[in-house]
Amino acid sequence: MARETKPRAHGRRSPWAAAALIGIGLLLTGGAYAGASAAMAATGETQVRSALTAEDGEKLFQANCATCHGLDLQGTEAGPSLYGVGELAVEFQVSTGRMPLQAQAPQAPQKPVQFTEDQIRAIGAYVQETAPGPSYPSEEILDGGGDVARGAELFRINCAMCHNVAGAGGALTEGKYAPALDQTSALHMYAAMVTGPQNMPVFNDMTLTAEDKRDIISALLFQQEAVSPGGFSLGSLGPVSEGLFIWIFGIGVLIAVTVWITAKSN
Amino acid sequence: MTLEADPLEHERASWKPSPGLAVAVPDPVRDPELPPHRARITDKDPAAMTRAVRTVYTLFYISVAASIWAIVAYFLFPIEDGSLVSIRNNNLFIGLGIGLALLAIGLGAIHWSKAIMSDKEFVEPRHATRGRDTTRAAAVKAFADANEESGFGRRVLVRNSMIAAVVASIAPGIVLFRGLAPFSSEALPLAGDPVALLSHTMWKEGTRLAHDPEGTPIRAADVTLGSAVHVIPEDLTELGHTEGYLEEKAKAIVLLMRLLPEDLNETPERADWSYDGIVAYSKVCTHVGCPVALYEQQTHHLLCPCHQSQFDVTNGAAVIFGPAARPLPQLPITVDAEGYLVARSDFTEPVGPSFWERH
Repeated sequence: MARETKPRAHGRRSPWAAAALIGIGLLLTGGAYAGASAAMAATGETQVRSALTAEDGEKLFQANCATCHGLDLQGTEAGPSLYGVGELAVEFQVSTGRMPLQAQAPQAPQKPVQFTEDQIRAIGAYVQETAPGPSYPSEEILDGGGDVARGAELFRINCAMCHNVAGAGGALTEGKYAPALDQTSALHMYAAMVTGPQNMPVFNDMTLTAEDKRDIISALLFQQEAVSPGGFSLGSLGPVSEGLFIWIFGIGVLIAVTVWITAKSN
Repeated sequence: MTLEADPLEHERASWKPSPGLAVAVPDPVRDPELPPHRARITDKDPAAMTRAVRTVYTLFYISVAASIWAIVAYFLFPIEDGSLVSIRNNNLFIGLGIGLALLAIGLGAIHWSKAIMSDKEFVEPRHATRGRDTTRAAAVKAFADANEESGFGRRVLVRNSMIAAVVASIAPGIVLFRGLAPFSSEALPLAGDPVALLSHTMWKEGTRLAHDPEGTPIRAADVTLGSAVHVIPEDLTELGHTEGYLEEKAKAIVLLMRLLPEDLNETPERADWSYDGIVAYSKVCTHVGCPVALYEQQTHHLLCPCHQSQFDVTNGAAVIFGPAARPLPQLPITVDAEGYLVARSDFTEPVGPSFWERH
């Protein structure tokens, strides 16, 4: 023999073979999933836009919503009746993806929207015509031109205890939470105030007048654009996130520097 | 070893063994001595020393540059009126400059002392803490002489009466501290009585419930199912800040909610404290006093954000979780002739956290 070969401890297969196989398997599965979901998303957008009527809305409702909300909106054990919720509630719940509900749970979380804009309007029209309720606001209320200072004061009095003073969201009981408002559109802000979705209280136009609502929406839209003058806002969560940051990074660095100062030089 | 001839006798005196020991111990703990001197790389390798020197003066030069940058940044990033971004940039760049300047001075000085300066160890001998026996005896004698000459120990009546006089002279000062707390007056009849202040609020029979902060009265018909309205007494807005506006508001805040009447479990005594499913509860938590306003419309629970006490509005705001000891006080309400919500009376118990006189 020209060269002495060491006896192999693991047979003819390389020790990396197992890892490589798992890696290839994961890549294939992940790639297939990504491709399939991209294809599904693409089909949604290529639908031809057509005006849908309340009758189409009724069919969509019966197909997607009636299992829990009843064929005539009367409600079942699985879902409340929709009498009087109006098209504004439909717009809010379906347009933010909260409905169709993910599971019977304390919170109805926001998730990808399952219907197009036209379909949502159609379902809303059907619900509105069956049992009328709150409807879309005038454009002026959503224009963001109200008194921001007054809106912020009203927000602090009525909303900040659940949604956090900067609209960063907050915890409620038993797994529920008030979501962050940094991505919410003006229409959805108005809709949530008027319809009182899930556990949020109702803020009708006598509790908060249209002018009050315009001011609050303006304040929130301002907050969404606002630059923090103080650097890292750390999610605007206040003492918890700031405390974690200082205790972990700040004091950690201080301890490291202290150790370096007193250590002997190399 | 002989004890008299030992020159360091007073050094070792503190641990001296008693005559009863059979074995004479010269030193109970062996002196560990200094650890062996370990040469630094900057002492062994001249190139390393040059590198260290270069590092230190580079750090000091960086510090100079950072200080100059801080001055330049002050002019480059001025604060413009109405621009939050300009405030942020101004703070950030000046701060970075000054911070880096000071940090570099510190790092340079420490590296200089650790790596370049001489690191030879040396010993500073110190004497033992325990004094010589002669000194100690002299000190004891001084105290004994003082006692005898002053008569402090012997003249009991003189001494005790002096102590009594000194203690008694402090007593008026302690009592005068009462003067720092408010007194009642014509204008503020309850100011000097904290128990009364805590036990009563602005609410009276017939006071209209009003929106916070405007003070506009609330109609019962305007409060729809599921609403949560933040309420103050209607006459609160007439108080100025120097007249106790905040003090009264802190006690008088109320949360108004509307539930279905069949969901409300009311006791017979409180049957007329609500109106058609509209209930009013004090917003001041009975735990430490945070405003309890996180109302969950479907579960009818009120959550206090401070320590997570939860109150069940359907059962008289009874505590269902958390550290609060008592349910939230309920404000008895009714409707007046014009349909506005009014209070029937003040709260029937003090609002907010417990205090000593509260039973």
